[in-house]
Amino acid sequence: MIKQSLRYLVPAVLFGALVGFFFIGLQKDPSEIRSPLIGKSAPAFSLESLGDPAVRVGTADFAGRPWLLNVWATWCGGCRQEHETLLEIARENRVPMMGLNWRDERALALQWLAQLGNPYVSVAFDPEGRTAIDWGVYGAPETFLIGADGKVLHKQIGVMTPEIWRRDFLPLLAATEEGS
Amino acid sequence: MIPEIGHFALILALLFAIAQAFFGLAGAARGQAAWMRASRSAVAGQSVFIAIAFGALAWSFIDKDFSVLYVATNSNSQLPIFYRIAAVWGAHEGSLLLWGLVLAGWSLAVTGLSTSLQPAFRSRVIGILGLISIGFLLFMLTTSNPFERLVPAAFEGRDLNPLLQDFALTIHPPILYAGYVGFSVAFAFACATLIEGRLDSAWARWTRPWTLAAWLFLSIGIALGSWWAYYELGWGGWWFWDPVENASFMPWLAGTALIHSLAVTEKRGLFKSWTILLAVSAFSLSLLGTFLVRSGVLVSVHAFATDPARGLFILVFLSIVIGGALLLYAWRAPGMKSAAGFELAARESFILFNNAFLVAALALILLGTLYPLFMDALELGKISVGPPYFNMVFMVPMLPLLLMLGIGMHTTWKRSRLQPLRNRLLGIAAVALVIALVAGAAVYGEIRPMATIGFVLALWVMGSSLMIPLARLRAGQALPGAVLGMAVAHFGVGVVTLGITGVQSFKIEQDVALAVGDAATIAGYDFRLTALRDVPGPNFVAVEADVLVSRDGETITTLHPQKRLYNSGGNPLTEAGIEVGAARDLFAALGEDLGGGRWSLRLQYKPLIRYIWLGALLIALGGGLAGLDRRYRRAAKAEPALDTASAEVT
Repeated sequence: MIKQSLRYLVPAVLFGALVGFFFIGLQKDPSEIRSPLIGKSAPAFSLESLGDPAVRVGTADFAGRPWLLNVWATWCGGCRQEHETLLEIARENRVPMMGLNWRDERALALQWLAQLGNPYVSVAFDPEGRTAIDWGVYGAPETFLIGADGKVLHKQIGVMTPEIWRRDFLPLLAATEEGS
Repeated sequence: MIPEIGHFALILALLFAIAQAFFGLAGAARGQAAWMRASRSAVAGQSVFIAIAFGALAWSFIDKDFSVLYVATNSNSQLPIFYRIAAVWGAHEGSLLLWGLVLAGWSLAVTGLSTSLQPAFRSRVIGILGLISIGFLLFMLTTSNPFERLVPAAFEGRDLNPLLQDFALTIHPPILYAGYVGFSVAFAFACATLIEGRLDSAWARWTRPWTLAAWLFLSIGIALGSWWAYYELGWGGWWFWDPVENASFMPWLAGTALIHSLAVTEKRGLFKSWTILLAVSAFSLSLLGTFLVRSGVLVSVHAFATDPARGLFILVFLSIVIGGALLLYAWRAPGMKSAAGFELAARESFILFNNAFLVAALALILLGTLYPLFMDALELGKISVGPPYFNMVFMVPMLPLLLMLGIGMHTTWKRSRLQPLRNRLLGIAAVALVIALVAGAAVYGEIRPMATIGFVLALWVMGSSLMIPLARLRAGQALPGAVLGMAVAHFGVGVVTLGITGVQSFKIEQDVALAVGDAATIAGYDFRLTALRDVPGPNFVAVEADVLVSRDGETITTLHPQKRLYNSGGNPLTEAGIEVGAARDLFAALGEDLGGGRWSLRLQYKPLIRYIWLGALLIALGGGLAGLDRRYRRAAKAEPALDTASAEVT
């Protein structure tokens, strides 16, 4: 008899489980969507260099080796926050990092690099954000890891930290270095 | 001043809702007639003050009072007056206010029309509706106050989301909400029954017209949304299995199952606890839909207000209302045993099948909608479930459902003799098969298995539905609203099936790049781009194209697709140019300027697509006819155990 009655509890129990999932879901950031670029070829670009409009920089510069693309701007607080980490990564000298200066002013951006230090081997200047759209950028900072085969391996949305670098980037980097 | 009056009215409405809930439930528990009366008066008070609040917000929009944050965010001095009023429910805060107003309307209707109910039962129903009102009013006042001031006032408002500046979408939310919220009545009836712990057929009889009314609104609301998506989003699709669409479709499926199961409970006293569970589920799914849309747990194109604080509030509210009802169910339902039996061929069996298929489809759609959330919560990565899954899990239960529907309509309660009907049903099936094959081959030039199955089922359901009123009229029998409604609604199901089959099987879509003077041909129709011009609108500028459509050199029409850029910024909007036809729609949408005078255009040939919405309207009409059946009006007085005259009526 009791067993029979327990049947009627099933909807309530299922609903309880659902509420649990919803609660966890609420703590998550819905914007944290895996980039559809992952595993696909990096969108090619060739842009003016931030430092010298006559110089073109782009994806072709890194053909055959892994590299990083960091999207930044002087108006972006998170970029300032992660700058120290980027400098550290640059000092490791393991993988070249290109900057994509996004919707910014050239003079301000150059001043920023002069003041805070320059972690980038080159910086592409994208004042209208056209290239950033191709890369699916919807906020700065974002950091992409591109493999030796030219495929996007990882995308970090938001501030880069040493932990994230060690946890998410280094293993992928080691794997792609081994492959090439 | 007006916004403050609105805000104050909202607070008063909350106080009235608290009185309504407390006196309603406590009055019934303690048998205090005076308290129950107070509860009923509180319903009126709550309604009046919500209406005042709603009026105040509408006035702020009409008056272009950009010192109100919500008004400044969702309208603009150039916005036409019609859309300024519709902007009241154009975003989160105002649509909650609309929700509250609709709920107050339903509560008022229930209170006014339930005089023949037992006083205690009636009082409990009103009290439970009051509890739901409290939740929504608290939600508004604590997290989503539409009357918040903007200091300093804005000189000019931002604009109403351009996607919402459209006729269908201005009437879509009120109708949809009338459906969503309408299920709260069946919910309140179910909870009141569970509290009292006894269920008789009068309960089912009482719940049916209310459920039908809510279901009717929901049907129209969903159809409107689908129609809007078709001509406004620019893709020419009519259903996307988007989480927000699913959020409205799942209560509809539960409501459909409920309507059928209520018939069994009323006529035969069977499926009692199951019917109660469906009544609780239909409204729970409506609330769940609100939660999914408002909280941002699922990312969707529709989610126009995503805020974790709001999400948490709704989640707690959801847990109390739904969790409470389900616990009540777990406690009381075991006592509601149904004792009668029935034979396999009886109508009860067919409704059981109906419920099983509808609930299976519902459960699989719910699973698909929430699956990304489960995966994310379990740290298994972000994924999304696409239309192929939903199409499959919806179609598989629907095919047998349609097949059974054609037979089930003709069965009678308890035991049926299908023998006399057999020849006629087989005849309909044979005719359906022949028409499907011949028409398929003649019109579309080929016979495809899935299309043929779809057409046969559509014609089968339509023919079988027609048989009922025809047979009755020929025999000189009366045609009560309930029978006619059933036939019309089921005929509508056939019509929808026809439309879906036609458009899904034989649609042709092509993206082309055309310069002025160029033409492209699809499905034998020539689409020639003859002109491009700039057209000014009240609060937008548009590029408009003339697309001359002809067939075999004969001009059919000129389509005028537009690409609109609203002054408020944001993405450009597509207004498709559509030539409507009974056999097909011809559709042209303007894409991008490709440079050099060339534009991308999306051209589509959509056979039978109109029948999807026509069928949906027939379904709603059938619901209306059934709900207005005289039986429900006189049911108030008598308390018949089993009404033999209408025993064969659904």
